[in-house]
Amino acid sequence: MDMPQPNSEILMKKAKIATALRTVLPHDAVIDDPSETRAYECDALTAYRCPPMIAVLPATTQQVSDVLKICHREGVPVVPRGSGTSLAGGALPTADCVILGVAKMSQVLETDYENRLIRVQSGRTNLSVSGAVEEEDFFYAPDPSSQMACAIAGNIAMNSGGAHCLKYGVTTNNLLGVTMVMMDGEIVEIGGGHLDSSGLDILGIICGSEGQLGVVTEATLRILPKPEGARPVMIAFDSNEVAGACVADIIKAGVLPVAIEFMDRPIIEICENFAKAGYPDCEALLIIEVEGSETEIQDQLDRICTIAQKHNPVELRQSQSDTESAAIWLGRKSAFGAVGQVADYMCLDGTIPVSALPEVLRRIKELSEHYGLRVGNVFHAGDGNMHPLIMFDANKKGDLELCEAMGADVLRLCVEVGGCLTGEHGVGIEKRDLMEDQYGAGDLEIQMAVKDVFDPGWLLNPAKVFPLSVSETRRA
Amino acid sequence: MSATIFPQDEAALSAAILNAAGPLQILGGGTRSIGWIPEGQKLSTAQLKGIVLYEPGALTLVAKTGTSIANIETALAAENQKLAFEPMDHRILLGTQGTPTLGGVMAANVSGPRRIQVGAARDFALGVSFVDGSGQILKNGGRVMKNVTGYDLVKLMVGSWGTLGVLSEVALKVLPVSETQATLKIYVSSWAQAVACMSAALGTPFDVSGAATIQDADGGLGVLIRVEGFEASIRYRIKELKTRLAKFGETEEVLNPWLEVRDIPSWASLDTVWKVSVRPTDALSVIAMMQDLQKDIGFKCQLDWGGGLLWLGLDFKQLCDVPFGLQLHKALQGAVGQLGGHTTLMKSGILSTQDIPHFQPLSRAVEIVSQNLRSKFDPRGILNPGRMS
Repeated sequence: MDMPQPNSEILMKKAKIATALRTVLPHDAVIDDPSETRAYECDALTAYRCPPMIAVLPATTQQVSDVLKICHREGVPVVPRGSGTSLAGGALPTADCVILGVAKMSQVLETDYENRLIRVQSGRTNLSVSGAVEEEDFFYAPDPSSQMACAIAGNIAMNSGGAHCLKYGVTTNNLLGVTMVMMDGEIVEIGGGHLDSSGLDILGIICGSEGQLGVVTEATLRILPKPEGARPVMIAFDSNEVAGACVADIIKAGVLPVAIEFMDRPIIEICENFAKAGYPDCEALLIIEVEGSETEIQDQLDRICTIAQKHNPVELRQSQSDTESAAIWLGRKSAFGAVGQVADYMCLDGTIPVSALPEVLRRIKELSEHYGLRVGNVFHAGDGNMHPLIMFDANKKGDLELCEAMGADVLRLCVEVGGCLTGEHGVGIEKRDLMEDQYGAGDLEIQMAVKDVFDPGWLLNPAKVFPLSVSETRRA
Repeated sequence: MSATIFPQDEAALSAAILNAAGPLQILGGGTRSIGWIPEGQKLSTAQLKGIVLYEPGALTLVAKTGTSIANIETALAAENQKLAFEPMDHRILLGTQGTPTLGGVMAANVSGPRRIQVGAARDFALGVSFVDGSGQILKNGGRVMKNVTGYDLVKLMVGSWGTLGVLSEVALKVLPVSETQATLKIYVSSWAQAVACMSAALGTPFDVSGAATIQDADGGLGVLIRVEGFEASIRYRIKELKTRLAKFGETEEVLNPWLEVRDIPSWASLDTVWKVSVRPTDALSVIAMMQDLQKDIGFKCQLDWGGGLLWLGLDFKQLCDVPFGLQLHKALQGAVGQLGGHTTLMKSGILSTQDIPHFQPLSRAVEIVSQNLRSKFDPRGILNPGRMS
């Protein structure tokens, strides 16, 4: 993975820049000692590391503005960072950058149950947004797997999803407004407590722009009343094809579960060994969750089971209690950790049309044999968002490169069947160099033109999203 | 002015824009005469017709933008699916002819009452193809439900009224038709009670898919609360809602009123109609301001989206004085701007020739960003210039 050469002129100005930053931030909010900046050398894509020149931890929108003004004046690249849980390298620093972390900005600014919204500082973690409205039985719907740790800032940057977005949508569908600081320090309000935009949908373009257009410091989020209850059913099949057909039939029948999770044999076995969730011996497992009152839940589960029975499941297990629900979810929720116990892995995130599921799983298996690397598949089947986990040995020379090559082939396959490179993790550096497989030159040029508008000097998170060769003249 | 150009395919659309000598007036079905209609050569997408792909099991439909909404809804109905965002048909209210198209719905980001639950047109657009102001054929997004590959230009294009590019194809997320719907009407005594009642309903776990307030012929206010789903579930939720909302007034179950709520056909004769989007509880201060400004003559009001969407209307007799109309318009946009929302002048006979912003003026910073985006997408400034002002 290439990153741009650090700018030596900027590196030479490090002391001057740190001094300037200390004029606008408390002393301990500016970190420039190399032994301490190392803490920011990577995000959750740990295969790639590079300590930043300086890290700053502002506590207010005004401080973010002051920091950006200095960096803008000095021509220093800025890499915004939420909680550093990106699986795509979205917060990977460059050696000549200032990492702008929002971790100190975690306050709830307003809760408004009548209008069903909450306004928070963007460093607040996803789960603690729900935590802040739990006492009134409300919740914030997008639920990325990292929700214990990940920040709303990162959720907005990557337009994060989660297991339950089949019903509730992803971040962009639950974001009402932001306070954002532009690279030149200007503070902008976009959206708010109302719906839709009178002018162009600027909020829509900011969400998912991977921290390249501005630094979001505050967010107004839609909150929803909690459902009365939720319960899953686990259905096991002896082939991926049949499981895929069952998913399509359920959706066509008009039942819209809140989640449909799919696991294939390698993942089922690894998870079972790890979590002892009691999963059956089978080729494919579906976990389908529905919500509502007890009667409504039973009614929906009955409908789902009737459809599933037509596909001759190996086993069908309806949860009858919270304990059984937890057991069914246990294996799925520990999937990444379980795979991590047996191997290093790269987690891909391509999305495919649901109809292409059997073909894609078959071809991933072929690629797995071709590259000699194990792959497990665990994903959100209702919306076609795959998560193939390619297992490799980081200590074995050449294995990471082999894994990267196979990952690229899998993502090209997703694009080939009508899907895309990333459904919820973002492009970051990980999928940056594959963007030309999905988009033509003009399609990329118009996206870069959008960045030109917000950040003409290309200082914000500049080495991400677009292939380096494509963005080179702009970054220069 | 020469005759309207009707490109038959994307290449012809591209050529028409590339070869344009001056401003273009972009049209879909021509049913949404909202905002300043620019002078210029008319260019219509109405002949870009056809459903390109429909996978009911994947809840996705891709169609060319000249495809009529009616044709799309017919195809969906055959598979028991729907456009969940319930796009409003503006023809009766605005007195327009023509056929609403997918392109028009997307260009104007048109939604209906269910927007409060499931999202707007913009939330159901998965991908777009469009031709920019230089004639380039571009695409963004795709046809899958989750896609964060690169910037989300889909959102930017939807609701841009043809000012960034001309949409040629859109991929949509669709949803199953609910087995049944039921609507509860609660007779409330004031707008404040109406908003409180809608907030209470939307704060329950019963998946309310519509929350509106209408003025009955006798001037009384009726809150309408809709739930949709399977029969047994609907019975349960209606029963619960009746109990919880009883404190706001007498309740009864009514026949499906949502087409009237969506299209407001009874306002067709009004001279001037505004559409206001605010934080739902702020609707009350907008109503108070209107009452304050013109106590004597009265005005029409309808709330949707739990109060977040206000329809305000006046007929010609009430608004025969241009200066008064201007004063009202300015006051509305001013007050709503202060509240952080927006006001759009949907139609007006009396104000039609006045030099006023039909869309809510933007903050300076957002205005600059918007202008700069337009100059990137349409360097010659020929696509529907001024339409969103």
